[in-house]
Amino acid sequence: MPASSTAPLALAVRGLRKAYADVVAVDALDLEVRTGECFGLLGPNGAGKTTTIEICEGLLSPDAGSVDILGMQWARDGNALRSRLGIQLQETLLSEKLTVAESVKLFRSFYPAGRSVDEVVGLVQLDEKRASRVGTLSGGQKQRLAVACALVGDPDLLFLDEPTTGLDPQSRRQLWDIIDKFRSEGGTTVLTTHYMDEAERLCDRVAIVDHGRVIALGTPRELIASLGAGHVIEFGVDGSREIDEAALLALAGVKSARLAGGSWALQVGAAHETIPVLLQQLQARGMPLTELRTHSPTLEDVFVTLTGRSLRDDA
Amino acid sequence: MTLDRSTRVKNTADNTPAIVQLTLSRFREFYREPEAVFWVFIFPILLAGGLGIAFRNRPAEASHIAVARSAANSPVVDSLKKASGIVVDVLDDTAAANALRTGKVSLVVAPRADGSVEYRFDEARPESRTARMVVDRAVQRAGGQQDPVPVADTKVSERGSRYIDFVVPGLLGMNLMGSGIWGIGFAIVDARKKKLLKRLIATPMSRAEYLASFLFFRLSLLVIEVATLIGFGALVFGVPLRGSMVQLAIICVLSSLAFGGLGLLIAARPRTIEGASGLMNLVMLPMWVFSGVFFSSGNFPKAAQPFIQALPLTAVNDALRANMLQGASWGAVGGELAIIVTWLLVCFALALRLFRWR
Repeated sequence: MPASSTAPLALAVRGLRKAYADVVAVDALDLEVRTGECFGLLGPNGAGKTTTIEICEGLLSPDAGSVDILGMQWARDGNALRSRLGIQLQETLLSEKLTVAESVKLFRSFYPAGRSVDEVVGLVQLDEKRASRVGTLSGGQKQRLAVACALVGDPDLLFLDEPTTGLDPQSRRQLWDIIDKFRSEGGTTVLTTHYMDEAERLCDRVAIVDHGRVIALGTPRELIASLGAGHVIEFGVDGSREIDEAALLALAGVKSARLAGGSWALQVGAAHETIPVLLQQLQARGMPLTELRTHSPTLEDVFVTLTGRSLRDDA
Repeated sequence: MTLDRSTRVKNTADNTPAIVQLTLSRFREFYREPEAVFWVFIFPILLAGGLGIAFRNRPAEASHIAVARSAANSPVVDSLKKASGIVVDVLDDTAAANALRTGKVSLVVAPRADGSVEYRFDEARPESRTARMVVDRAVQRAGGQQDPVPVADTKVSERGSRYIDFVVPGLLGMNLMGSGIWGIGFAIVDARKKKLLKRLIATPMSRAEYLASFLFFRLSLLVIEVATLIGFGALVFGVPLRGSMVQLAIICVLSSLAFGGLGLLIAARPRTIEGASGLMNLVMLPMWVFSGVFFSSGNFPKAAQPFIQALPLTAVNDALRANMLQGASWGAVGGELAIIVTWLLVCFALALRLFRWR
C-alpha cells in the first residue's frame, strides 16, 4: 500500500551540496520521503546516490543544505537519531571470525531497544546459518546479514545502499521480500539502486538522480507514463547506421528514436500501428531485419530519454 | 496493513551491555586466529627456551692447542698432554699455522732447541689468552715451579646473574610491546579498511567503549601471557622472582596499557595494513635494538643514553629486571614507572585526537 501524500515526512533534504576535490558529487539536491513509503534513488554509478545517502546517515557532512530526518537534525540529535536508523553500507565487511548470531548480537548491544537476535535472524532467513562464521557465507547471505544488523535496532527508517548489487536473482528476491516485510510493518525505506526492475518492483516513489541532481521524481508508473509511449520497439538491420533518424520519426506513432550499439530503439504509441510500416520501409530499402523486439516502457527508457545515456553506461 | 510504529513495544530485554559484546568479539577474533595465538603465547616460550639453552652456563672449556711435529718428542709435550684442561694436537708446521688461523686451536706451542718454549697466538682472542696462561702454567710446573701461596677453589653459579635471568624479563617486555602494538594496531586498521569502523559509528555505539574493548582484551590476555612466560622461566630455568607480585602486576598492567596506547596511536590514521605495518616496524625496531632485550642497553654510547632511557621498552625492561632480579623497592622503579605512565597518557591523548573512524 503506497503511503498517502499527506503522511508526515520521514526525511526532508533541501539544497544539498557536497563537493570533493575534483568533482561536485551532489548539487542543489532536494528530496522528500514520506513516512511509511519505500523511496528509491535511481541513477548510474557516480550520480551522487551514495554521497546523498551517507549525508542522510550522518556519515558525511554536507557543504550546504539541510537534512531533517524523523523531525531531527544531525548536529543536534546525533545520538537519538542513530538509535532510530537502520543502515546498510555499500562496502562494509563484517568480522569474518564471528558467527552470524554473534554479529547480530553485537549490533543489538549498541541499541537501547530493538528486536531479538532470533527474530531478526529468522526474518532474513539465516536460521540455518546461525552458528556459521561470517567468512563462510555466500555473497547473498552476507548481504542479508548486513540487513539483519540494520534491522536489529528496530529502526523507523532504513537506509539501504545498493543492497542487491552483484547478487544472483534468487538472493535479490529474498532481499526484496525482507524490504517488503519491513514496509508492511510501517517502516520507511530509502534505497539506492541502478537496477530498474528493482526500483519498479520495490519503490512507491523514485527519484532519478544524475550528476548530483534529481532530474525526475514520481511513482514508477507516473514516470513511465510521462514518456507517453505505449511500447518500445528495438530493431537492427545490416547497416543500421545508414538509417536517418528523421525518416524513423516520420513513421506513424513514433515519438522518439535512438541509435545505441548498432540497433534502434523507437518509443511508439502502439506497436501494432508502427511495426507494419516499419517493416514495409525496410523491405523497400532492401534491408533485412537482424533483430526485432518490443517491450513496455521501463524506468530505463525514462532515464535514456532524460539523459540520452543508458543507466549502465558507466562512461 | 500499516501499523502505527509509535505504539509498538520495543524490546529492551535480551541484551548484553555493548562493552561486554565488544570485548567478547575481541576474544573471538583472537582465538579463532591460530597464528595469533602462536605468536603471542608459543613464540616467546620457544625463544626463551632456545636462548636459555644456547647461553646456559657451561663448565669451563678445555683449551685446544697444537704442538709442532718437529718438537713432538720434547718433554714439554708430555707434560702438556698430562695436564688437565688442555687438549693437544700434534701437527705439521703449516697445518698448525692453518689451525691457528681458522680458530681450531687457540695456541701453537713450539719448543726450541735451546730449551725455551715459543707460544704463537693471537692476543686479541680471549680463548687464546686463556690458553697461553693454562699452557704456560703447565710448562712451568713441569719445569719445577712451586706455588708459594696455597689456594682453594669454590665454584658458584648464582641465580639472578645468569644470561637467562637477564633475557626472560627482556622477552616479557618485548612480548608486551609486540602484542600491544600488533594486537591492537592490526585489528583496528583492518576494521577501518573493511569499512567496519564506518558501519559501527553509524550505530549508537559509544566510540570510547569500542576503543576500551581493545584494552580490556589486552589486559585479560596479559594475565595469561605474563604467567606463561614467567612460569616457564621460573620452572625450567629457575629465573628468580624476588620482587613483590603486586609491583610486578602493576608494572605489567601499566606497560600493557602504554603499548596499547602506542598501538592505538599507530593505528589512528593508516587505511592499509601495509601502511600500518611500516609504521609499527619504524616504532618497534629502535626498541628491539636499543632497549636492552637481549643485551644491556648500557653497551650503547653515553651520548645516546638519554634517548634510549626515554624509550618505553627500556623503562619496562629496566623495571621488570629491577623487580624480578633485584626485588626492588617502589622508589627504585619510580623513575621507570613515571616514563611508562607518561607514554601511556601522551599516546592516548594523541590517538583519541587523531583517530580516523572512516
